Amino acid sequence: MTVADLAFYFFAIVAVVAALLVVVARNPVHSVLWLILTFLSAAGMFVLMGAEFVAMLLVIVYVGAVAVLFLFVVMMLDVDFAELRAGMAKYVPIAGLIGVVILMQLTMVFGSWHMADGAEAARAAVTPDAAEVHNTKALGQLIYDQYIYLFQAAGLILLVAMIGAIVLTLRHRTYVKRQDVLAQMYRDPASALELKDIKPGQGL
Amino acid sequence: MDDLLREYLPILIFLGMAVALGLVLILAALVLAVRNPDPEKVSAFECGFNAFDDARMKFDVRFYLVSILFIIFDLEIAFLFPWAVSFGTLTTVGFWSMMVFLGVLTIGFAYEWKKGALEWE
Repeated sequence: MTVADLAFYFFAIVAVVAALLVVVARNPVHSVLWLILTFLSAAGMFVLMGAEFVAMLLVIVYVGAVAVLFLFVVMMLDVDFAELRAGMAKYVPIAGLIGVVILMQLTMVFGSWHMADGAEAARAAVTPDAAEVHNTKALGQLIYDQYIYLFQAAGLILLVAMIGAIVLTLRHRTYVKRQDVLAQMYRDPASALELKDIKPGQGL
Repeated sequence: MDDLLREYLPILIFLGMAVALGLVLILAALVLAVRNPDPEKVSAFECGFNAFDDARMKFDVRFYLVSILFIIFDLEIAFLFPWAVSFGTLTTVGFWSMMVFLGVLTIGFAYEWKKGALEWE
């Protein structure tokens, strides 16, 4: 067994155990931490497959950002642990039902899974040879040219997500005074103060 | 392929050492530390008075807005990496498709700036 094999088994076991603990852990915050560990070991397995870029993306995007977002959601939900545990028994039957349905669907998918004859060759035709170019460069040569429509669709989805988040959550408080930098800079003494020449003994 | 994995070997060793060191520190605390708890020692203590309420409370939704905007720009940067790496061999279509992508996201950026989503108060 080589080091790569050992590393594969290490990451695989850690991923499966951590994924199990995401579901089993009582505290939602602990679940999110186990989820981060699952993402990290999945990134390790991507590296073992030679997909460096995807692995780093998993670490940066999922571990860094999505996990933070999950934590925010968990914090915002105002979790009541006693209530969570009380509801457990009530939802076990329906959760079991959903689990069985998903299991059956997966069995059906993998039972009737077969590749079309030309599929492997058609996929290999667009991909640059992995031995010559390293994978980030190969990816760069493909997605901006070959898959331009999907790439532009991804850009539009990001735009929609940005605008949607702003529309849904941005509430301006009217009682807060904001700084208006331009107004400050265009203010001059003529508009801001007035000089009066007061004679002694007179007053205004 | 093997060369690539060999480059990652130091990281694997480092990871193993980090995990081992973390475990050693936790287990050493379990084995060596003196522990004789009593109710006063383990009770919550907040500068001399009793704790008012649970430490877990609802966040302001503005934190969520900031983090989701961060994720969106994070993903935009992630798309830039392969483009920059393969810049020398890119076709004209590849170059301009990234320009259009950046343009679309700049529209979003201008929108959020104009709306004041980047200001805290």
